[in-house]
Amino acid sequence: MTVNDLLKVEGFSSVVLCEADREIQGVYIGDLLSWVMGRAKSGDAWITIMSNVNTLAVATLADTSCIILAEGVSLDEGVKETAQAKGINVISTPLSSYSAALKLYSVLKL
Amino acid sequence: MSDLLTFHFDVDGDDFTSAGQASVQIKKNLRQLGISPDTIRRVSIAMYEGEINMVIHAGGGEADVSVSEDQVIIVLKDQGPGIPNIEQAMQEGFSTAPDAIRSLGFGAGMGLPNMKRYTDFMNIESEVGKGTTITMKVNI
Repeated sequence: MTVNDLLKVEGFSSVVLCEADREIQGVYIGDLLSWVMGRAKSGDAWITIMSNVNTLAVATLADTSCIILAEGVSLDEGVKETAQAKGINVISTPLSSYSAALKLYSVLKL
Repeated sequence: MSDLLTFHFDVDGDDFTSAGQASVQIKKNLRQLGISPDTIRRVSIAMYEGEINMVIHAGGGEADVSVSEDQVIIVLKDQGPGIPNIEQAMQEGFSTAPDAIRSLGFGAGMGLPNMKRYTDFMNIESEVGKGTTITMKVNI
């Protein structure tokens, strides 16, 4: 399933879309950036409530397929521009991390 | 070694939000050199943690990366306060980061342990009041 496919699922909307064809290969949930950087796998969709610019650096280094901001967390305009510049997909959902993960489980068929 | 490639970065200590620029740049450089994704990942994670540490604790510093045929060597040098107890600092979960940093998702006490975990060699030289130099090596 690609990031673009995920955006067709109810509850997930695009904040920054740079690489719509990127394949989602797994899911990782976490808000402690060092932990995520060490544990998330390349291609994972990363569910978090952290939306600062360091979140983007971690997504780049861990090579996640997209950041999914849970609980309706939004991105500041400046951070949004940085995400665009770095080519990072950012998706937003009003769902909790747990509910978002459940939904991903049902649609990803991993 | 004639085929040694070196990169130098100044890590700005004033701007926490720009921390990570050196590691993201290194990631790109290593990719251009055709280094394997796993090695790139290890180098860039270790370097990013080091960069963040320099910004949080030392007011910035310098990063030097050299790439040879069989390894990547990262040297991070700062003139910060130094680490009084390295053994304690190496424990997962031990942190002296301020609350403002924690609210950004850092300061979980994972920095140095991650750097050790993702490299094949790590050495810390630190003197209180003078600064810290960390040398890391990742085999290619």
